[in-house]
Amino acid sequence: MAYHEIIVAGFGGQGVMSIGTTMAETAMAQGLNVSWLPSYGPEMRGGTANCNVVIADTEIISPIVLEPSELIAMNQPSLDKFEPAVKPGGLILVNQSIVERKVQRDDVQAIYVPSLEIASELGNMRVANMTMLGAYIEATKYLKFETVVDILRNIFTGKKAHLVELNEVALQRGADCVNR
Amino acid sequence: MAIVYRRSKGLTDVETHYCPGCTHGIIHRLVAETLEELGVLGKTIGVAPVGCSVFAYDYFNCDMQEAAHGRAPAVATGIKRVLPDKVVFTYQGDGDLAAIGTGEITHAAMRGENITTIFVNNAIYGMTGGQMAPTTLVGQRATTAPLGRDKSHAGSPIRIAEMLATLDGAAYIERVTVTSPANVMKAKRAIKKAFELQLEGRGFTMIEVLSTCPTNWGLTPVKALEWLNENMIPVFPLGVYKDITKKEA
Amino acid sequence: MAKELWKGNEAIAEAAIRAGCRCYFGYPITPQSEIPEYMSLHMPKVGGVFLQSESEIAAINMVYGASGAGARVMTSSSSPGVSLKQEGISYMCGAELPGVIVNVMRGGPGLGTIQPAQGDYFQATRGGGNGDYRLIVFAPANIQEVVDLMQEAFELADQYRMPVMMLLDGMIGQMMEPIEWKKPPVSPDDLPEKPWATTGTKEGRAPNIINSLFIDPEACNVHNKRLEEKYRRVIESEQRYETNDTDGAEVIFVAYGTPARLARAAAGLLEKEGIKAGVFRPVTVWPYPYEALHEVSLQDSVKAIVTVEMSTGQMVDDVRIGVNGVKPVSFIGQAGGVIPTPREVANAALKALGR
Ligand SMILES: Cc1ncc(C[n+]2csc(CCOP(=O)(O)OP(=O)(O)O)c2C)c(N)n1
Ligand code: SF4
Ligand SMILES: [Mg+2]
Repeated sequence: MAYHEIIVAGFGGQGVMSIGTTMAETAMAQGLNVSWLPSYGPEMRGGTANCNVVIADTEIISPIVLEPSELIAMNQPSLDKFEPAVKPGGLILVNQSIVERKVQRDDVQAIYVPSLEIASELGNMRVANMTMLGAYIEATKYLKFETVVDILRNIFTGKKAHLVELNEVALQRGADCVNR
Repeated sequence: MAIVYRRSKGLTDVETHYCPGCTHGIIHRLVAETLEELGVLGKTIGVAPVGCSVFAYDYFNCDMQEAAHGRAPAVATGIKRVLPDKVVFTYQGDGDLAAIGTGEITHAAMRGENITTIFVNNAIYGMTGGQMAPTTLVGQRATTAPLGRDKSHAGSPIRIAEMLATLDGAAYIERVTVTSPANVMKAKRAIKKAFELQLEGRGFTMIEVLSTCPTNWGLTPVKALEWLNENMIPVFPLGVYKDITKKEA
Repeated sequence: MAKELWKGNEAIAEAAIRAGCRCYFGYPITPQSEIPEYMSLHMPKVGGVFLQSESEIAAINMVYGASGAGARVMTSSSSPGVSLKQEGISYMCGAELPGVIVNVMRGGPGLGTIQPAQGDYFQATRGGGNGDYRLIVFAPANIQEVVDLMQEAFELADQYRMPVMMLLDGMIGQMMEPIEWKKPPVSPDDLPEKPWATTGTKEGRAPNIINSLFIDPEACNVHNKRLEEKYRRVIESEQRYETNDTDGAEVIFVAYGTPARLARAAAGLLEKEGIKAGVFRPVTVWPYPYEALHEVSLQDSVKAIVTVEMSTGQMVDDVRIGVNGVKPVSFIGQAGGVIPTPREVANAALKALGR
């Protein structure tokens, strides 16, 4: 298995951190090694937030991601900032709903997800980040959808239990964007 | 012959180091007698300050902790939170409590920390040789105010009893002195009431005791008592500033 | 046992509770505020004490009082707040009180930055308070190690009757990693007896006194000599370190905490370039594992020692003491919240090797 070094970046409030923690929880449940490192401080208040996630079946040396193998760019500033850093041959997932431009590099794979449109069709804007995660899982093929759903079941309990199914659909709709 | 003075069980046999005529000694005795009378010596932890009463840990016949300068209320908080059923008191001077430790005492009172503070106000830094304290009177000489405290330069004395009485956490606050037998008896009653309220779990209690420092005031013990009565009491009026038991009556 | 994903700051708080700590005093400061936040929620659930103090000075003095009263107690802060705690730490050492102090370091001096740094090494290992005193200082590099060391920190604090510091940086406090709770939780009822604590005489014994004042110089000297003897025992018994690929290495990185991880990434880069690099990582930065570092440096293969820090060079002084001139020691570091990159670190090694 490859050594996955991921940056998830966007505005505070876009669910950037929880994409990262859900990935990390899923990978951990699959017996992989993980680390999750958030940006913290004033930049998170209204500004950009990002987290570094490293997932591997070998030991994780540094949790800091300088050259991501995969980038999830939830907004334009994040794409602008991190696109140049992505490893050649890497993957960029773009939140097409609010990012106005295309990926400029031709040595990386680009996938576009209309996350807000999907979320609005599903009637809950808060699942937009799950569409990005679904696309990531489909494109990289090492995390299992069943495991993510198990993780979501642990997160959404009691009165929120009904959200599991909605999130599951959102993941699937995101995944569908990969091979379009 | 009748025994007119018996050393309280609340004090150890260690001879105190206070200057002749210093009223720290009397205040120690009042606290010790109170603890003995309430039968709580075996469950009391005292906290000594930094100041002339630093060796209080050797004088009180109960478990004691020595705190850093001004921090006694924080240390006492730590003790009381761990041992809520024990009696915890601090014994602090005016430099300790009203200068470097203003934050700690204010917040202990704000929290209604169920401890008793004995605040010995002698309007001077006794231990370090008579420097100006926050309680030094305007015009009073100190080694760091050689011409007397100048209000325009160093402000006016801080009235801790009045200040802390504004806090809801304070259960009982009284200012007393020990310049006469009658005043000593009053001081004793105040101290006892404070400890009794602590035993009832009522919150923060503080007794401010106006005290002499003949050595650094440059006065004989008798003159020092007079000076206190004439000069300190008008600035620091005696009386009860807070008494939560009154509201209920 | 199943692995759980924990954030460093929350893990350290939970580890403390599992280590039988039932008493926490602290004041908010980034990047460690998750510790008091966690404690405020969980201490009451286990019948423990949580109190947000009015300042770090108050917090450490509350720790002093609670420790003197026999409690297993801790506080936490980040750099500027730990500066304020120095007074109380010195008093705890003088009065021989156990306790654990967590410093999740950020950049300084002064208000500095809230991003991770290691500028408090001198303060932690040389003493930022007054007087001849020492702290046992653990510098974990990952969250598993953080939780494993926490229990040991409390145990050593009790054993030697001295404060123990957990020296982390903001990155370890903020990141999440999977951990296992390897040791069973300690019940507060099973902690060592503290006959010296001020819990009340019950009028059945002489008063216990917690004190750091020894006004007579002779007595103070005797007290200091006794502390010195204790610290000597700590030096003999409590050095901890880890080595990675140091056998036969050409260059050895010395780093603690986060930079040790960067150094290992740098070693990986160098390996691809045909250079064998190893990492020597002190886990205790006091007592410092001088002899072990010296041994490693003596190997014929070793041509250069490179110290990596998130500071402008503090631990490098200890590295020089340990290496003691047998090999050249150089330094690479960034400060103020900037983290050196593995490439920078690898280049520093190349430079040290003259390539
Ligand atoms: C941090 C610190 N600063 C200064 C001192 C020096 N010092 C010792 S006692 C004292 C003043 C004590 O005055 P007060 O509290 O009024 O007590 P008194 O001696 O008058 O009873 C000072 C400044 C100290 N011990 N610690
Ligand atoms: S210096 Fe003043 S306060 Fe101190 S013992 Fe002497 S008289 Fe009392
Ligand atoms: Mg005074």
